Amino acid sequence: MLRYILARLVTFVPTFIGVTLISFAFIRVLPGDPIIVMAGERGMTEERYQSLVEELGFDRPVLEQYWHYLGGIVQGDLGQSFVTKRPVWDEFFALFPATLELSICAMILAIALGLPAGVIAAVNRGKFFDRALMSTALVGYSMPIFWWALLLIIVFSGNLAWTPVSGRIDLLYYFDNTTGFMLIDSILSGQKGAFGSAVRHLILPTIVLGTIPLAVIARQTRSAMLEVLSEDYIRTARAKGLSPARINGVHALRNALIPVITVIGLSIGTLLAGAILTETIFSWPGIGKWMVDSISRRDYPVVQGGLLLIAVMVMIVNLIVDVLYGFINPKIRKR
Amino acid sequence: MSLKRNIASGLLLSALSATTLAAQTLVYCSEGSPEGFDPALYTSGTTFDASSHPIYNRLTEFDTGTTNVIPGLAESWEASADGLEYTFKLRQGVAFHANEMFTPTRDFNADDVIFSFERQRLADHPYNGVSGGTWEYFEGMSMPDLVASVEKIDDYTVKFVLTRREAPFIANMAMDFASILSAEYADAMMAAGTPEMLNQAPIGTGPFSFVAYQKDAVIRYTTNPDYWNGASELENLIFAITPDASVRYQKLQAGECHVMPYPNPADVEAMKADDGVNVLEQEGLNVGYLAYNTQMAPFDNPDVRKALNMAIDKQAIIDVVFQGSGQIAKNPIPPTMWSYNDAVVDDPYDPEAAKAALEAAGVTDLTLKIWAMPVQRPYNPNARRMAELMQEDFAKIGVTVEIVSYEWGEYLSRSSDIDRDGAVLLGWTGDNGDPDNFLAVLLGCDGVTNSNRAQWCHQPFEDLIQAAKIETDQAERTRLYEEAQVVFKDQAPWATIAHSVVYMPMRPEVEGYIVHPLGGHIFYGVSLTE
Repeated sequence: MLRYILARLVTFVPTFIGVTLISFAFIRVLPGDPIIVMAGERGMTEERYQSLVEELGFDRPVLEQYWHYLGGIVQGDLGQSFVTKRPVWDEFFALFPATLELSICAMILAIALGLPAGVIAAVNRGKFFDRALMSTALVGYSMPIFWWALLLIIVFSGNLAWTPVSGRIDLLYYFDNTTGFMLIDSILSGQKGAFGSAVRHLILPTIVLGTIPLAVIARQTRSAMLEVLSEDYIRTARAKGLSPARINGVHALRNALIPVITVIGLSIGTLLAGAILTETIFSWPGIGKWMVDSISRRDYPVVQGGLLLIAVMVMIVNLIVDVLYGFINPKIRKR
Repeated sequence: MSLKRNIASGLLLSALSATTLAAQTLVYCSEGSPEGFDPALYTSGTTFDASSHPIYNRLTEFDTGTTNVIPGLAESWEASADGLEYTFKLRQGVAFHANEMFTPTRDFNADDVIFSFERQRLADHPYNGVSGGTWEYFEGMSMPDLVASVEKIDDYTVKFVLTRREAPFIANMAMDFASILSAEYADAMMAAGTPEMLNQAPIGTGPFSFVAYQKDAVIRYTTNPDYWNGASELENLIFAITPDASVRYQKLQAGECHVMPYPNPADVEAMKADDGVNVLEQEGLNVGYLAYNTQMAPFDNPDVRKALNMAIDKQAIIDVVFQGSGQIAKNPIPPTMWSYNDAVVDDPYDPEAAKAALEAAGVTDLTLKIWAMPVQRPYNPNARRMAELMQEDFAKIGVTVEIVSYEWGEYLSRSSDIDRDGAVLLGWTGDNGDPDNFLAVLLGCDGVTNSNRAQWCHQPFEDLIQAAKIETDQAERTRLYEEAQVVFKDQAPWATIAHSVVYMPMRPEVEGYIVHPLGGHIFYGVSLTE
C-alpha cells in the first residue's frame, strides 16, 4: 500500500507543474489589465501607469515572470494580493477552514441520506418508493441554488425564526480563532451556548450545499446497486437463505460502492473549489467568493495561488479516494 | 492570526461579555470586506467605511450630511495671500488608540501630520513601499505635483506649501487618504519589523478603536472613551459582512443587524411599507451620463448632440433601469453639491423636434455605437438595459444604434481613446464634494484621452473652471461654476442621464443616523433606543 501511495505521489509532480502553468496562463489570457481595473473610472496618467507596470513586474518577459512565480512557489511564497497587499498564503488559510468545515458537513449529510436512499430505491425498483425518491433527487439536482437558499432562509429564518439568516456564529460570541473550524473553536472557547449557535448557523448552508451531491449519490448508488443485484453471487446468497438486510447491506452495497466513492470524491473536489453561491448567500467566509472576486479584479497572485492550492487539495482528496478503493476492493490494491 | 489572538484575549473580552452584548452595540450588515485598514492605500468606499470613518480623523472633516468642510484635527487654518501656503493650527489633547502591541506615550501632534503625508509623497520614506503602497488617491488627486513641502512650524502648527493655487485643497484634506496616522506607532512597528501592522491593526484618533477583523466575516470596534469630540453613545460597533442584498434585508428583519446599505431597488417599496424598517433616502453624489466623442463628425457639432439629447426619454430610464431609485440629471454635478445651477433648463424629451434638428444640421442616415458598461454602478445599475432603451429612442428619429461592450478594464481603456467610435455610458461618484472634482476631471482639457470621455476641450468652459480652481472666495467660485454649467448645457458634450438615490434601511431603534452625501456610512452620533 505504501508503495502504491508513493507511486501516486510521484504523479503529483507533473500535475502540479501543469496547474502552475494553466493558472499562470489562464488569468493572463483573459482580457483586462489589472492596473486599469484598479484605477477604475478615475483613470491614471501614462507615467503613473508605467511606474505601476514596473512595480508589478509586468514589463518583464512572460517567461521570466513565470520563472519568478515558480521560484516563489518553491520557497513557499505565493506572492501578495494586488488588492489587499497581504500574502496569498495567509488569506487562503484564513478562509479555507470555513470552506472545509461546510464541505465536510454537506458531504456527511449527502452520504448519510444519499446512500440509504439509493439502496432503498434499488431494492424497491419500479415501486412507489423508488419513483418518489428518484423524482425528488432529480428535483434536488436541478434546483437553482440561489433560489433554494433564499427559499429556506425566508421560511426557516424569516417566518419560523428557527435558524439564523447567515454567518457562522452569533455575534455575541467572540473568541479565539484557534483552528478556524467554528465547531471546534466554539467548544474550545468554553463559552456556554457557542457550540449550539455554530451548529444552528451550519444547518441551512449544509442543506443547500449538500443538496446536489445528495441527489447525485442517491442516483449513483441506485444504479450501481441495480447492477450488482442482478449478479450471480447475489442469487447464490439468496439461495443460501441469507437475510435480505445482509444481502443488500453487505454483499451488494460493498460491491456497489466503488462507483459511488468515485462520485463522492469528485463531489468533494467540487465543494472544495468553493461553493460560490452558497458562500455568498450565507455570508460564509470561504474561498469560493474570494476566488471569484479576485478573478473579476484581475488579482493575478490570488488567482494563481488560490487555484494552485485548491488543485493540491483536490489531488489529496483523489489520493485518499484511491486508497479507499484499495480498502474496499483488495483486487485494486494488488494491481 | 496571532495578532487576532492577542487582541482577542486582551482588549475585547473585557468589552464584550460572552453571554450578553452591551445594549449599545450596533450591528451593521456591510456589503463587502475592506481591502485593509490604512485608507491611503485604497480607493473603495467599503474600505473607507471600515477604516477612515470609524478609526481615523483628518485635519479637516466633512460635516456629516453635507459637503461642507469643518475643522477636524486642525482647529483652524489660514491661506497666504498668494494662495500658495496653508497653515494649520492643530488641536491639542487628542489621544491615539492603544492595542496589545502599542500604547501611545504622547498625544497627537505635528509629527503625525508630517508622517501621514510624507510617507505618500516621498519615494525614499521608509513607509513609502510598505504594504505595496501605491497611494492611488494621493496620486489621483494630483497631490504629488501640488504639494511642494509639508513643514512643522511647532508641535501644533503645520504648513503646507503648494506649487500652484488650488481652492479645493482644503476639501482634499478632508478626504479619506488624508487620514492622520500615529507616527509613534509607525516607528514602533518599523522597529519591531512589522510595519504592515499599520494597515492590519490600525491605530487612529477616531470615535471607535479597532478590535479585530475576521476576513470576509466580521469586523469589531469598541468606543474610544477619550474621543476628543465626545465619546460615541454606541459602546460597540460590529460590521457583519453580508454580500447579498436580499440576505441583508432578511437579517435586518430578523434583528440580526440594525442598519444595511445598498438594498435591492426592487425591495425598497416593501421596506417602506414594513413597520419594522425605517428607510432614509438622499440623492447620491454622482452622475450617470452618455458621452459623445466630440472630436468626431458629426458629433463635433453641438446641434447634433443637442438633437440626440432631445430624443432620449430619461423618465423611462429612471422607471425601468433605476426602478425609481434615481432622478433625472440636467447638470453634470448632482443637486446636493454646492454651486448646483437649478436655473438650467433641461433639454425637453421631444422626438419630433429632435428629428427636425438633425435634419436642420444636415445629418441623415446616422448610425451610432453606444457603449454599455459591463459592471453595475449606483449611477448606472444596468447599462445594457439603458443602452437598449436609448436604441429604441434613437430609432424613433431615424438613428441606428449598435450596442457594444467590453470587459471592464478594456472598456475603461478603449473608451479613453481619442478616435473612439461611439458614445460611452459611464458616470462618476464625487470624492471631495468640490465641483472641481466633477467639472475639471470629467470635462476639463487635461482629461482628454483620459477621464474626459467626451474628448471635449472647450475654451470658454475651460477658462471658467480654471478660474474657479484658483479662486478662494466661495461666492465667486459658486458664480463661476454656475456659469460653467450653462456653457455645458449649451454645448452638450454629454447627455446627462441620472443621479442615483441612495436608500438606507434601518431598524426603528436606530437614532441619529444621517445619510452622508459623499457616500460613506458613519456611525458616530448614532445611538440605539430600547
